[in-house]
Amino acid sequence: MSEPQEITPIGKNDLVGMVARLFAEGYRLVQIGCSTLQSGYEINYSFDKEYRFKNLRVTVESGEEIPSISAVYANAFLYENEIHDLFGVIVTNINIDYGGTLYRTAIKAPFSVENVKLPEPPKQKAGAPSQPADKPKQQAESPEAEKAEAAEAQKE
Amino acid sequence: MTKTVIKNLLGGPATLMYPKKKRTFTPITRGRVENNIDKCIFCGMCGRRCPTYAIVVTKDSREWQIDRLKCCTCNLCVEICPVKSLSMENQYFSPVKEKEAGILKLKGKEKVKKEAAETGAEVK
Amino acid sequence: MAHKNVIPFGPQHPVLPEPIHFDLVTEDEKIVDALPSISYVHRGLERLIEKRDFIDFVHVADRICGLCSFMHSLGYSQAVEEIMGIEVPERALYLRTIWAELSRIHSHIFWLGVAADAFGFESLFMQSLRLREGVLDIFEATTGARVILGVCKVGGVRRDIDAETLKGIVNRLATLKKDLEEICSVFIDDYSIRHRLAGVGYISQQDAYTLGCVGPMARASGLSMDMRTIGYAAYKYLDVEPMVETTGDCYARCLVRIRETFQSIDLVRQAAGKIPEGPVDIKVKGTPNGEYFSRVEQPRGEVIHYAKGNGSRFLQRFRVRVPTFSNIPAMIKVLKGSEVADVPNIILTLDPCISCTER
Repeated sequence: MSEPQEITPIGKNDLVGMVARLFAEGYRLVQIGCSTLQSGYEINYSFDKEYRFKNLRVTVESGEEIPSISAVYANAFLYENEIHDLFGVIVTNINIDYGGTLYRTAIKAPFSVENVKLPEPPKQKAGAPSQPADKPKQQAESPEAEKAEAAEAQKE
Repeated sequence: MTKTVIKNLLGGPATLMYPKKKRTFTPITRGRVENNIDKCIFCGMCGRRCPTYAIVVTKDSREWQIDRLKCCTCNLCVEICPVKSLSMENQYFSPVKEKEAGILKLKGKEKVKKEAAETGAEVK
Repeated sequence: MAHKNVIPFGPQHPVLPEPIHFDLVTEDEKIVDALPSISYVHRGLERLIEKRDFIDFVHVADRICGLCSFMHSLGYSQAVEEIMGIEVPERALYLRTIWAELSRIHSHIFWLGVAADAFGFESLFMQSLRLREGVLDIFEATTGARVILGVCKVGGVRRDIDAETLKGIVNRLATLKKDLEEICSVFIDDYSIRHRLAGVGYISQQDAYTLGCVGPMARASGLSMDMRTIGYAAYKYLDVEPMVETTGDCYARCLVRIRETFQSIDLVRQAAGKIPEGPVDIKVKGTPNGEYFSRVEQPRGEVIHYAKGNGSRFLQRFRVRVPTFSNIPAMIKVLKGSEVADVPNIILTLDPCISCTER
């Protein structure tokens, strides 16, 4: 049974404002997750209220800073320290800042753009059947999938 | 309280008295992988499917090798084998003192050449 | 002026099944602050998606944790199936539900045993684990292994259970229920256990909600939150009600887990009665392209599996957010103001599963 996935891309300057509004409406913070892209990172903030699942998505380049939301949600410090230690994303003003000692790994930032090799999407053949990703859901597509779809549209 | 005392005095111990009494396995318990080398055709499907790369198959020299200490008894090789020469036994592999002792190497018979069979020459 | 001391708790402690460390700042036996430290068993499992393709990765997902092993492979399979648009046959959904509920039963009975050991009642610990052996024998008879089942896959399940074995399972659970009632009456009514658990480790409903509590810890404080009501797997055909208590202390969490165990025994009986005939798996064609968040209710709370694929055989990203990770900030709030002697008890009622937390 599939749940509707609501993913809203926002800019990093609107982040704290939208999060504060969600807090006032009664949403709870579910998780903060990070994915490595070709050049940069994509950070997902997930919220939930009465089983309704909402996501906010912020895209940053490597080296950029994002503000912390631990002023609004006090339990965000653990997730933000994790994305700092594993991905190398700089998060400013966390209420409890471990300073890089939460995950003590052999190499610094093991999931960062330099260390992770993303898989290559398969080459699109002319007239190939469309992928089962065209579903009536509000989804922000990853850059590779968008490029592949644009290439396919150009060929047809 | 009396009920518990009587139950404990009259009933036996709650545990299986191993090793006096052996443990009974179920028919589908996954213990270790065995290969009937005479049926094996050395296609290499089991080696490709193994998620821990424990099985190594060389087709030219007809050798089949499994590192029992890497095998996680997931049963994928047994399911994929086209001639059903692999099987999963119940009894688990006993611990060994060195890592090399966990590797089992099996060698298949030489292939019978068709011309030799037709001319009626001796076949080993 | 009270003198401040810092007492380290963990990572090795008789009460902890897995290593976690807390630095407790105390003033004369009362705790004023706590700081958690993790990363003793960090294995970096999330980067293994680069080496194993999306069908083989389900074996890695099984091995994220020993106690919650089946639910991890279930969540992963669900995420990949939703991305690829695969419809799993009904019989496979019911079988997954039966194994998931059996997983929940054995995890809660294990927790009861370890909790009894934590407050010193060792014979109750032995009796609880003796009951748990019955459930592990059911696992071995139906899947071939006791702890890491390896039975869920993308597209369905790998083994079938025939009708006779299902009836045998329901009967064995009915006998287990009688023994379980005896043990649980000790937990509920015994005077000395109540003395150690009641009033200890209190967290209010408002705090539990804003600090992100999930699972039995949230349900014991009055929050009615259970991901099974969303209706994944076969739960949309069974009637599931979250078990809620309002007191918010350790005793309430113990009661919630006991009631959930009896509810799971009943759910297995319901599912075994309603299961339809049919195939148990479906052939998987193509590769995943898209993303999905899959939510599953583990014994310890709500777990989120996020999978993202870009059309190749290897997934691009796989993330697991486990309930223990979400409960740690609430645990810090609970620890402030409690006595040092109660700390092992309180940390155990969180039910820490650290190998999941640090994958």
